[in-house]
Amino acid sequence: MSAASSRTGRSLLLLAPLLLFLIGFFVWPLFSMMSQAVSDPAVLKLLPRSAEVLADWDRKSPPSAAMQTALMEDLKAVDDDQALGDMVRRLNSARSGFRTLMGKTTGALDDTTNPPADLVSIDKRWEKPEFWLAIADALSPYTDRNLLAAVDFGRNAAGEIEHLPPDQSVNSVILARTFWIAGLVTFFCALIGFPYAIIAASLDGWKRDLMLGAVLLPLWTSLLVRTAAWFILLQEKGLINDLLLTLGIINSPLALIFNRTGVIIAMTHVLLPFMVLPIYSVLITIPKNLMPAAASLGAPPLRAFLRVLLPLSLRGVASGGLLVFISAIGYYITPALIGGPGDQMISSIIAFYATGSANWGMAGALGMVLLVATLVLYSVYARLSSEEPGRR
Amino acid sequence: MKSILKSGVLAAAAIVLSASIVAPAFARDLTVVSWGGNYQDAQRNIYFKPFSEKLGKPVLDEAWDGGIGVIQSKVKAGAPNWDAVQVEAEELALGCADGLYEKIDWDKMGGKDKFLDSAVNDCGVGAIVWSTAIAYDGDKLKEGPTSWADFWNVEKFPGKRSLRKGPKYTLEFALLADGVSKDEIYDVLGTEEGIARAFKKLDELKPNIVWWESGAQPLQFLASGEVAMASAYNGRITGINRSEGKNFKVVFPGSIYAVDSWVVLKDAENKDAAQDFIAFASLPENQAKLPEFVAYGLPNKEAAAKVPAEFAKDLPTDPANMTDSISLNVDFWIDNAETLTARFNAWLAQ
Repeated sequence: MSAASSRTGRSLLLLAPLLLFLIGFFVWPLFSMMSQAVSDPAVLKLLPRSAEVLADWDRKSPPSAAMQTALMEDLKAVDDDQALGDMVRRLNSARSGFRTLMGKTTGALDDTTNPPADLVSIDKRWEKPEFWLAIADALSPYTDRNLLAAVDFGRNAAGEIEHLPPDQSVNSVILARTFWIAGLVTFFCALIGFPYAIIAASLDGWKRDLMLGAVLLPLWTSLLVRTAAWFILLQEKGLINDLLLTLGIINSPLALIFNRTGVIIAMTHVLLPFMVLPIYSVLITIPKNLMPAAASLGAPPLRAFLRVLLPLSLRGVASGGLLVFISAIGYYITPALIGGPGDQMISSIIAFYATGSANWGMAGALGMVLLVATLVLYSVYARLSSEEPGRR
Repeated sequence: MKSILKSGVLAAAAIVLSASIVAPAFARDLTVVSWGGNYQDAQRNIYFKPFSEKLGKPVLDEAWDGGIGVIQSKVKAGAPNWDAVQVEAEELALGCADGLYEKIDWDKMGGKDKFLDSAVNDCGVGAIVWSTAIAYDGDKLKEGPTSWADFWNVEKFPGKRSLRKGPKYTLEFALLADGVSKDEIYDVLGTEEGIARAFKKLDELKPNIVWWESGAQPLQFLASGEVAMASAYNGRITGINRSEGKNFKVVFPGSIYAVDSWVVLKDAENKDAAQDFIAFASLPENQAKLPEFVAYGLPNKEAAAKVPAEFAKDLPTDPANMTDSISLNVDFWIDNAETLTARFNAWLAQ
């Protein structure tokens, strides 16, 4: 073994914890989330006989005797409750009613003393082609229905892609709202965070420590606590409204909670440190004599700021903005507690599918759409920031 | 250098190995999960602590906010970190059909005939009968609402309203407010026109609704004056009246009641102890202590008979409260929860 290769081996060994961490906590979850969104094995796995028979079905006539027998055979052969559960959940998500229908059917099939002749005799719903259509559509190992549904599309009975009616799905509206709120929060964070960082960087000693402490302290407090604190401050009979009313500035309480205003205020506060710190770390590397130099060359303060300090610190603003924006699009607790129904962001919909209805395919698909949208935005940002030197 | 590395790797391997051998010595204690708030405080006093003393080992308790996905992810990952969990009726039905729970040893529980019929299930033992009802502050509203039609009437009773965010209960209440009789609610809701009718009725109240997600929120909103009336869990209302001297009122006519059950998660580490715990919590003499703290009805018939009259009148199971209330239709919701939630979210976003 040569010295070089043993060196490589050793450096790989040193990197191993990092690589394992990345694979275990980043690559693998991402991959399994994406495959959840498109893979669809739950029904095919349990209904092989039905799959064969259903391939010849014309998708609209009532179920034939062969179809019913095949499905009954398949259902009798199932011995894994959890796999059956996965199948029923998948089918009920495509067609409401499968939960009770399957419960009744498997119960009747277990009754060996008095075996049912066919499925229709167990429940009349088996006559309806809609239920068979749901099964037929679930028999391919991969599906695009979650991804389509995540952007408000679906397939009709003929298998063509069409827009879902607006009273059934509004994921795209909520997705657009998520990006809009995140954008607003980023804007306000920059508006407050930039001057704050400039002042902090221009100070020294205990004053600077105090200003940085004021930013860092909230960062060390739990998100839930900070959100709950905003709830107390913003509510109709809360501290802010009480103070303004006592001072006589307003006559009736301001609507600060359960609306967009409250969400923006609370999220801006929660995310401010992620804006201030990157800008601050860029600012302290800028030599302090540049501004006096500009002034000595005759630039008024505003001009000196616009031509010298702002371009030099833009890198910090951009990375702060990116941090704030990307954190903001995943927000869940703050909009849920402070926002109204019109302020819920996409993560609340993802949470419903993940924990409320255990439809992980749909949760994965929505997550994937969010991820792709974020990557697109990031690539735009990367292009803009890499073009910067050329422009100057 | 190489030998240092080698011994380092060996040492690390030894630590990992010994940790995995020692691990069983730190076996997790029995973990019981319930709904938090003043309800769980009461349970801790009358069930968890006494059972821990009897067992001679600690009993851990955690709170959750429901969701079959939570249970499914714990069971499917293997070795769930919860043992006994109190679940709502749909979670019981869904999880039992999907094999997420252990089968209940009914001999341990004292036999099925000791319990109300609705509290007996292969996978669960009824823990409480609870209601979702209109609540309002009796000190602020001298003449309060008596029906869901009043709840919708913002001219007679000005102020905001609070409802649980989600289609369950909300759609039923909207139909009641629209004049559908209590026996026809689920027939109407089973049709497309019925669903459209419920959403249309909700449109009327939409600007005045503040939505809540966890059971403590509606009480907070009522206490702070944020809303004039709210839908809330009846036990918590009585609980806050007793603990904080409030004068919140419960309107039982038009309320919807359901049974919550104890389940044991499939292949949980302490599944036997969990069954023992459920048996302990179902004993008449233990269960009968609950209504003093929170006003939930008792599924053990003997326990229900032991409740003193002063507490019994506040329970959803009291005959006077039962007459005009509705039993939650679990089958309807396990079939339709997903589609109706998607529709509800779409309606909210409009």
